[in-house]
Amino acid sequence: MAGVQVSNVSRSFGAHKALDDVSIDFADGGFYALLGPSGSGKTTLLRQIAGFDFPDSGRIAIGGESVERVPVEKRRIGMVFQNYALFPNMSVADNVAFGLSVRGEPKAVIAAEVQGALDLVQLGKLGGRRPHQLSGGQRQRVALARAIITKPRVLLLDEPLGALDKALRVGMQIELKRIQREIGITTIFVTHDQEEALTMSDRVGILRDGKLVQEGPPEEIYNRPKSEFAATFLGDANIFRGESTGNGIRLPDGTAIFAGSGANLAPGAKAICAVRPERIRIFTDAAAPDTANANVLRGEVSKRIFAGNSSTYFVERGGQMLKVIVQNTGVDKLAEGQEVVLRWSPESTVLMAAS
Amino acid sequence: MAAQVAAASRSGLRSALPLLAPAYLWLTVAIFLPLSAMVFFSLMTELPLSGKPWAFTLENYTAFFSQSLYLTLLLASLRLGLEVTLWCIIVGYPAAYVLAKVLKGRSREAIFLLVILPFWSNGLVRIFSWAMVLREGGILDTALNAVLPFKINIDLMYSYPAVIIGLVHSYVPYMVLTCYLTLQAIDDSLIEAGRSLGASRLQMLKRVIIPLSMPGLVAGAALIFVPVVGSFMEPRILGGRTGTFYGTVIEDQFVAVFNWPLGAALSFILLAVVLVILAVASPVLRRAM
Ligand SMILES: Nc1ncnc2c1ncn2[C@@H]1O[C@H](COP(=O)(O)OP(=O)(O)OP(=O)(O)O)[C@@H](O)[C@H]1O
Ligand SMILES: [Mg+2]
Repeated sequence: MAGVQVSNVSRSFGAHKALDDVSIDFADGGFYALLGPSGSGKTTLLRQIAGFDFPDSGRIAIGGESVERVPVEKRRIGMVFQNYALFPNMSVADNVAFGLSVRGEPKAVIAAEVQGALDLVQLGKLGGRRPHQLSGGQRQRVALARAIITKPRVLLLDEPLGALDKALRVGMQIELKRIQREIGITTIFVTHDQEEALTMSDRVGILRDGKLVQEGPPEEIYNRPKSEFAATFLGDANIFRGESTGNGIRLPDGTAIFAGSGANLAPGAKAICAVRPERIRIFTDAAAPDTANANVLRGEVSKRIFAGNSSTYFVERGGQMLKVIVQNTGVDKLAEGQEVVLRWSPESTVLMAAS
Repeated sequence: MAAQVAAASRSGLRSALPLLAPAYLWLTVAIFLPLSAMVFFSLMTELPLSGKPWAFTLENYTAFFSQSLYLTLLLASLRLGLEVTLWCIIVGYPAAYVLAKVLKGRSREAIFLLVILPFWSNGLVRIFSWAMVLREGGILDTALNAVLPFKINIDLMYSYPAVIIGLVHSYVPYMVLTCYLTLQAIDDSLIEAGRSLGASRLQMLKRVIIPLSMPGLVAGAALIFVPVVGSFMEPRILGGRTGTFYGTVIEDQFVAVFNWPLGAALSFILLAVVLVILAVASPVLRRAM
């Protein structure tokens, strides 16, 4: 096992910068999710770490050992591909055995290890099948077993669950997490499903146009996004634009919004405040419990979307549509067109520079 | 259930008939009719064209066994077919690999064109240009002597190697094309997966790439082996006196001796031998795939 250090890595394809000065420290034994829109460079970064492709500049170290010029077969990494990439000419057991048999391990050792790996992914009885006789989820497990049997230092997964349907996906997320804990391997997981990134990983890195936008534990990124992009890409956010007052912003109509955290901005600078829809409380009148230190806005319900355990209200306020998510307690049913008061605490509000 | 399936496939066949008809018509006219005429000829004592009397006989077939020459030539031709096929694999497979997996875009198109070119040039022109290259004082001889410090004499003309060279050049595009198609279909991520598991390039080739491109190799080999065993043009022009093969003997019966019945019988014996070889080889090959 080993950590991975990526330092100032850049990679261009022609004039296009697929990776632009990216530095990330992947902790030993951690589960790290790389998140970003399509074309943001996630796969490219993973390929640099795997050794399928080499950076134009920057350093990559695995377990403290510099590997920028080490080819993939010498890096001792395990890779799981989005399309599984199982060898169609071999049985499941031979697929899993591949990494050991190319090393020339004795047959008896290989057989025992293969059985162990197949048991770990709960496919103990399917060793004799061909890949095309398996379901998508089973293939993904075989790919995982094949990748971890060589005891790699790092496990790299490029959207491994992307081809699975929602139910299977959730099942595999739990499974993957269990296996990762069991063998304690450093794992780097590419996804563009933000929920997957939040629930599975202990650290998340968000990429955009080849740059690392923000990096940290999922809760920190969710609660303290540093840019509008991070706030809206990871989860939902209401964005207010105005001028900085130092501890918040002033909207163009003069209303002040107080922020409990965020950047230090000089008063007068263009700034934004972000607040998560589930942090806003919604009331029918201003007589609702008041605390002096709260953000309060009036608006009109323009739409309500019922989603079972919660409802989403779209509230129009000064030409802006605000989103509020309310847990379904069975009483707070507001009609469309109704005047409402929105209230939330400054602690739930993040101040950042306008992008 | 079974009846339903049968009905469905029958109605599928019916709707496919208009599409199949031209192909079957063409096969009937172009292959079946001449072939049955040949079967007919091979059983005659004399060509009926000249008005001579004729009768049915099996003599043309027994002639094959009465002289050891025919068997010797057939074996020589089978060996020729095998060698040319092997050389086509040795030359064609790496070329197909480079085309499918290494080159991209423009350079791939350009090399592809070079590979296909022999297909588009006239067979005779191709063979005579090889004659220019291979003869003593020809292009190869002159070029090598211009480069090498010592004097060597290259005269490959009218030799077995010349026949091989000419045939490989004519037939290698088949191997390149069939292998290219199967190699192209192998997902690059399979190769990457293998490498990430620590396999060397040679191991990847042996365990993944060659097994997966087996259908192309087999198809190419069949496309090459069969016509080469019966070939006569290259052996005659490039082989000279050494170029007597089963195919040239058959050709002689048709164009020189005018013994069509014997020529037809000899070709059917060749066809039977080739079919037996393919039948024996097919289970082995199927397992390899
Ligand atoms: N081999 C290549 N040649 C040229 N451009 C490339 C190459 N590989 C990637 N790119 C470009 O680099 C950028 C980043 O690609 P990358 O595959 O890393 O994106 P990604 O974040 O994985 O996207 P996705 O979520 O769609 O998989 C893209 O604009 C892509 O077009
Ligand atoms: Mg990608």
